Amino acid sequence: MNLDARIPEGPLEDKWHNWLDDHRLVGPRQRADHRVIVVGTGLAGASAAATLAGQGYTVDAFCFQDSSRRAHSIAAQGGINATKDYANEGDSVQRLFVDTMKGGDFRAREANVWRLAETSTNIIDQAVAQGVPFNREYGGMLATRSFGGVLVERTFYCRGQTGQQLLLGAYSALQRQVAERRATVHNRHELLDVVIADGQARGIIARNLVTGEIERHAADAVVLATGGYCNVYYLSTNAMGCNVTAAWRAHRRGAAMANPCFTQIHPTSIPATGHYQSKLTLMSESLRNDGRVWVPRDPAEVREPADVPEAERYYYLEERYPRFGNLVPRDVASRAAKIVCDDGLGVGGTGRAVYLDFRDAITERGADVIADRYGNLFEMYERITGDSPWKTPMMIYPAPHYSMGGLWVDYELSTTIPGLFAIGEANFSDHGANRLGASAMMQCLADGYFIAPHTVTNWVSGVSGHVPTDHPAFEAAESDVRDRIARLVGVGGTTPHTVFHRELGEVMLDNCGITREADGLRQAMGRIAELREAFWSDLRIEPGDQGINQTLEYAGRIADFLELAELMCRDALVREESCGCHLREEHQTDEGEAVRDDDSHSNVQVWEWKGEGEEPEMQTEKLEFESVTPVTRSYK
Amino acid sequence: MQVTLNIWRQPDAESEGAFERYENVEIDEDASFLEMLDVLNDRLLTEGKAPVAFDHDCREGICGSCSLLIDDMPHGPRQVTSCQIYMRDFEDGQEITVEPFRATAFPVMRDLMVDRAPLDRIVESGGYVSVNAGPKPEPNSIPVHPEIQEAAMDAAICIGCGACVAACPNGSGMLFTGAKVTHLNLLPQGEPERFHRARSMVRQHDDEGFGACTNTGECQQVCPQNISIKVIGELNREYRAAMIHKLRGRSGPIEAQ
Repeated sequence: MNLDARIPEGPLEDKWHNWLDDHRLVGPRQRADHRVIVVGTGLAGASAAATLAGQGYTVDAFCFQDSSRRAHSIAAQGGINATKDYANEGDSVQRLFVDTMKGGDFRAREANVWRLAETSTNIIDQAVAQGVPFNREYGGMLATRSFGGVLVERTFYCRGQTGQQLLLGAYSALQRQVAERRATVHNRHELLDVVIADGQARGIIARNLVTGEIERHAADAVVLATGGYCNVYYLSTNAMGCNVTAAWRAHRRGAAMANPCFTQIHPTSIPATGHYQSKLTLMSESLRNDGRVWVPRDPAEVREPADVPEAERYYYLEERYPRFGNLVPRDVASRAAKIVCDDGLGVGGTGRAVYLDFRDAITERGADVIADRYGNLFEMYERITGDSPWKTPMMIYPAPHYSMGGLWVDYELSTTIPGLFAIGEANFSDHGANRLGASAMMQCLADGYFIAPHTVTNWVSGVSGHVPTDHPAFEAAESDVRDRIARLVGVGGTTPHTVFHRELGEVMLDNCGITREADGLRQAMGRIAELREAFWSDLRIEPGDQGINQTLEYAGRIADFLELAELMCRDALVREESCGCHLREEHQTDEGEAVRDDDSHSNVQVWEWKGEGEEPEMQTEKLEFESVTPVTRSYK
Repeated sequence: MQVTLNIWRQPDAESEGAFERYENVEIDEDASFLEMLDVLNDRLLTEGKAPVAFDHDCREGICGSCSLLIDDMPHGPRQVTSCQIYMRDFEDGQEITVEPFRATAFPVMRDLMVDRAPLDRIVESGGYVSVNAGPKPEPNSIPVHPEIQEAAMDAAICIGCGACVAACPNGSGMLFTGAKVTHLNLLPQGEPERFHRARSMVRQHDDEGFGACTNTGECQQVCPQNISIKVIGELNREYRAAMIHKLRGRSGPIEAQ
């Protein structure tokens, strides 16, 4: 496993420019001969597919949804960061870089993060040119606001539907390329394997989810933009279809997984109410700009929240973190919520919830201002819970939301399989151990519009000849896929697939969630192995591998989660420190703050698949810090 | 609570479909409508029967995957997507009918799943600003009045679910098309292509088998994003302007229409 990140020489601020100046190009007339497969059509995938096609490559884009406009990027609410410094606060690339490094608790790669920060402004320019209707000030200038974990207003937004608008921008750009006949969108298709010929990614095996046909698609490069894996927790803020299958199939073919245990638990989700619960709905973090988080000081409190006097309210974030208050980073806010609920101060029917209160904001700023900022979020909350945030505080609780871990990539966003790229949430590279708010969309679009199109160009310029779909590597991969489907269909047990997923989720949330601890992780690994065995001996799905079979699709994804989950626990166990989202109970201060171990763990933990039933092998990529000095994060 | 369901079952696009009745479906009133279908599906699977296929993904009202006709209303009773309907909106013991969206342009694929690819093709015909990735002008060099931005956003929030089509007695997709044209044509970035966009998207809309708009207004009554029928007026105005523009020969040779 070669973990050379191939970071260009030169000072940090020159690296990307130097790389761009030197990379190999493909002539305009040759580009259409090169086929590129892009899997996933969220922000990263749609923007990459549209851009590559716009450059002249022949692009095949795949998504499992019925339309490429539906990927879960669409649900991102709050905004996207960019260092425009329109607010004249002294914001700069350097500051966004430092904030992102610090937010990630110094577990991200400097060179990648710098490039992300400096690309951020181009994204806003690009999106505005596409007709993305960002909010404007009265003079017609773009509006910005602040977001968790930072002290400047650098977040651009389209009401509470920023992800939707940015995705529709990328989707429209992709549809334009479809009209130009340079791109083809294969909707209702799912990647089930990556084809490696002579050590290079040369195509994929996909299942047509309508007919059930197994299809071979060849290309000179394959880009995975398949999102994150928080559905390993069963209940998460991800869409129902979000899965790890594409990344995991690539992993089993040799692409290394990096920091799989780094999963972000978002602090502001609507709490779960019952066992039938299928997903958790996020309330945008931007609400923390004006909402105050509290619980009653008295565990036995029975009054309505509005009747609890000021002195008996425990504004725990404001008290513990006076400088950042309700705007502390996500991991800090989530952990604090867990602690107060563990202490019995939680509210709501299950005791696993805290208040997010707008009473003071409505009084101080006026209902009009609050309605303008959060009107649609308030409506959404009321629609789901039946309670109005205008009258009573919202109830919130942390929920798995984003996976910082993912496929290991080098500076060129190439996985350990040459010709196989991973972009957006599917890779591990930019957010370290914790992602800041409004940075996910920034990374997806930086990768898709501005980075991958160049690094893929650099790769395909060296690819000679095409691998036909009757190549033995395609034969072998297709045969593996067919065997696996036959295995899933053939179990013929008695327990519906959903039962295994729900149980897996409970094990993961209890043991590899907001906090982790060695014994719990070891037990979880044993439990996961048992679940996996039960799955493969007692699974019940709808029989048949032809036509539409949603249970077969879902079961295949659960099977991969059952393998990923064990790797996550293993990764969490080896990381004997606390950092970012990863809080090991053994490694914290008396006040419950995370204790990092930079001497031993200033690294990326990278895992290599060694075969079914074999222990995976871990190597580390050492993180070098030349431009920032790792400090202990303090939001006090 | 308990409900009885009449659900449209159809094995595939070619087969005939029929309603099937499911009695005594036990469900918590705080469960969502789709969670109720999940519970039913687990029961069907345990009984060795085929689960009900339906499109769904985000379950927070924004992806637009849901395509259920609940008691004859696209998405159900509350002008929100099907995933945002909760069982507390129904009575204990109520009988509920569930069908797929019904429209000529949306063929049923299986059970409650329909094919809405025609909507993608309408966007493909002009629902974009023709810019590639690359260096762009500083966005604040083109100020946009916040009221214009707001009006564009009111149209841009369309989730492409197709409820408007399912509600329309003509099976028209004008609310969808109008929303996209309004969003882009209002903004300075969409200006250069506005006439081509209006002409081309309307042509594609008609070619896909969607009906014409006769101002019944059913579409805006069911739109989960509350998009106003005003976007159809805007579309008509843009289309008319585009045709006059074309007749005057400013964008190509004069053609008979």
